[in-house]
Amino acid sequence: MFFSRSVKVTVFVTPKKNVLDPQGAAVAHAMTSLGFENLKSARMGKVIELEIDGEPGEEFEASVDRICRDLLSNPVIEDYRWTLDEAGR
Amino acid sequence: MKAAVVQFPGSNCDRDSVRAFADVLGCPARLVWHKETSLGDAGLVVLPGGFSFGDYLRCGAIARFSPILRAVSDYVASGGVVLGICNGFQILCEAGLLPGALLRNECLEFRCGVVELRVEDAGPCFNRRNLGERLRLPVAHGEGNYVIDDADRAALRENGQILFRYASRGTTGNPDLENPNGSIDDIAAIRNREGNVFGMMPHPERAVEPFHPSLDGIAVFEAVLRAAKEAAGVRA
Repeated sequence: MFFSRSVKVTVFVTPKKNVLDPQGAAVAHAMTSLGFENLKSARMGKVIELEIDGEPGEEFEASVDRICRDLLSNPVIEDYRWTLDEAGR
Repeated sequence: MKAAVVQFPGSNCDRDSVRAFADVLGCPARLVWHKETSLGDAGLVVLPGGFSFGDYLRCGAIARFSPILRAVSDYVASGGVVLGICNGFQILCEAGLLPGALLRNECLEFRCGVVELRVEDAGPCFNRRNLGERLRLPVAHGEGNYVIDDADRAALRENGQILFRYASRGTTGNPDLENPNGSIDDIAAIRNREGNVFGMMPHPERAVEPFHPSLDGIAVFEAVLRAAKEAAGVRA
């Protein structure tokens, strides 16, 4: 099947709220040491940028959710969300 | 009884594991490349330590989808015994063959040294009668901080699934011997509920020869072999 559409998906993976995030804590500590005032907290996650051939729709969304759950995040310790940025050709 | 030690790109404790089984314990062992789809006639499978796939994405996250893991999964379902050491433990958690997950060490440092472990009673093979009260084993990891949700954590305790705990922080007078990563309940090693999958962050294969810091790894491997022989008897 020839797809003329190229879709950009940005996946955000973050540690669950109840999971200890020592990296985030270290970053927060460094920020306040550098004089960044009023910082209450910092948490660190990751961003995965995907470029996918296909048409946005139910099937597309389901397949992105599936790969987020199976590979890109570990649901035991991480939450994920993703955004769509349509870049037609 | 033959052991299969799976080798992923980036594994680095695979040959040490083969040597421990073959040369020290007298159990024939061979390496199995991660792309193979059969474990052959192995009576015990080992997922060794190392940095499979560079620890990219998350430790063990990519290795869990290697072709050989399909065979390992079927093997576990049929009652076969699997031992995951360090990165192997991480792979087993990612694959859902063991509960919980391994996070970055709380101290954010890679911790490398010998630690003292308290042996728990975790069934007929892993217990204080067979292994004694304490073991000293090397650790070398940056992501050994074991976590698990409250419900599953209670189940781990109730079912006797915890094999070893690190000596708690502040209890031995020597911080280097104590919990190196902040793991919940000082957990260092667990088994699954059924008792055929074992995961441990410490390296028993680095405690089996006179030039190693201790010989306590020998008893650990003997416990795994005992479990494997019993499982093989049941499956035969």
